[in-house]
Amino acid sequence: MNRMEGGDAEQVQQALGGDQDAFRVLVERHGRSLFRLAYRMTGNEHDAEEVVQEAMLRAYRRLDKFESRANFGTWLYRIGVNCALDLMRKRKPEASHRQQPSGTGEEELDPLDIAVSTDPGPDRLMLSREVRDKVKAAMMELSPVERTAFVLRHFEGRSIEEIGSTLGLGAGATKNSVFRAVQKLRRTLEPLVSQRQIAKGNAN
Amino acid sequence: MKHLDEQQLLEYRYGDAADTPAVEQHLRECAECRKSYDALKQVLAYVDALPVAEPGANYETRLWHAIAPKLDRAPRVGARPGFDWSAWTAWMSPRRLVTVGAVATLIVAAFLAGRYIPIGGMRTPSVSPAADVATKNPTQVRERILLVAVGDHLDKAQSILLEISNAEPEIAGNAKDKEVDISQEQQSAEDLVNSNRIYRQTALKTGDNAVASVLDDLEPILLEIAHSPSKVSAEQLDQLQQGIAARGLLLKVRVMDSTVRNREKAATPRASSSGS
Repeated sequence: MNRMEGGDAEQVQQALGGDQDAFRVLVERHGRSLFRLAYRMTGNEHDAEEVVQEAMLRAYRRLDKFESRANFGTWLYRIGVNCALDLMRKRKPEASHRQQPSGTGEEELDPLDIAVSTDPGPDRLMLSREVRDKVKAAMMELSPVERTAFVLRHFEGRSIEEIGSTLGLGAGATKNSVFRAVQKLRRTLEPLVSQRQIAKGNAN
Repeated sequence: MKHLDEQQLLEYRYGDAADTPAVEQHLRECAECRKSYDALKQVLAYVDALPVAEPGANYETRLWHAIAPKLDRAPRVGARPGFDWSAWTAWMSPRRLVTVGAVATLIVAAFLAGRYIPIGGMRTPSVSPAADVATKNPTQVRERILLVAVGDHLDKAQSILLEISNAEPEIAGNAKDKEVDISQEQQSAEDLVNSNRIYRQTALKTGDNAVASVLDDLEPILLEIAHSPSKVSAEQLDQLQQGIAARGLLLKVRVMDSTVRNREKAATPRASSSGS
């Protein structure tokens, strides 16, 4: 989101002058990375697309409030995070009613569910569909604030201060949110990880 | 040597450790902590392995066509520069505005009490004890108004935490399947989230770090309760209760409440010492 900032400033000025094509350049430049962030936060494509559209519209509406010395990508990302948070809060009550009890980690896991070729690559694991669903369910069981704080820290590499300022939380509260998110993920996923290691051990 | 806790391991994982060489040395020497750290890394590796959907090759075009028709209706002029509405829109519902308004009024009252009541000057026509002392010590009045407000806030927070901590699913039937209605606590927590934020910021500005720290600890759990469904499962309730217990929040809030009340009493004028 940080690339071509010089270009961003120019497009912002042109868009402010009524040039919609210039705004289109900004939309096309930042849309995809904003989509990835929104997808991590909301957990599905439809919501992610909705978030990106809403964020772009909000950005356009208040383009005159964007300070030209600031980083447009960061400004847009903050709007995107807040749009996603709004949507998650709206969705949360509905989602929690249809939540499956998949997060307990206590259910039996068939080792065959784990893809045979799941040897970790240098950085990345390959998970079977069912395991993936469980990991995703564990993410979705985090509260909107926890999930946002975790996504921003873990995937986006944002600092605690930056996350706190985006979410309107103090540093302590932000750290706590990330910590609680990881604690919950550990509680849910550690049994899954151990079972996988046992299965791998048996296969060797 | 003392083992590393989960928080320290996580901070180390994210490069935020207060003393990285010490953590590294401990990890080299302590098999137990190394095991715990490996487990943490494994779990995070699983999360990393979640694929991110790609929106398709023509996403940019689709996105533009979806928003372009709405741009003409989007007003871009007339608002104050530099003001980011995104943080506000999420919580500017009329009911919340009432809460925020009440807190803001208190803070303004405290500020005005300190700023505009002339020191040693004209007495106000009010006969309230606060006004009486104001003519002698405006700083005390300001402090007292804020202490009363923060004390009340902590009282309310305490009762929410107590309710949640003591709630339990109905005994009859399978407790795991039961839902617990926390709508009242959820509503109250929602009301307190905004005031909590304002009091925390005020406490930070006035250098009252102890109050700010307790409010900082309180904030995530209030948010958590506020964003929970009105009826939670036994498991969700358990998570909320653990969140409160893990941070010893009830005790912290109770102790701070009592400290604030004592300070409030100390700031209250005593007739015998007023000399009037």
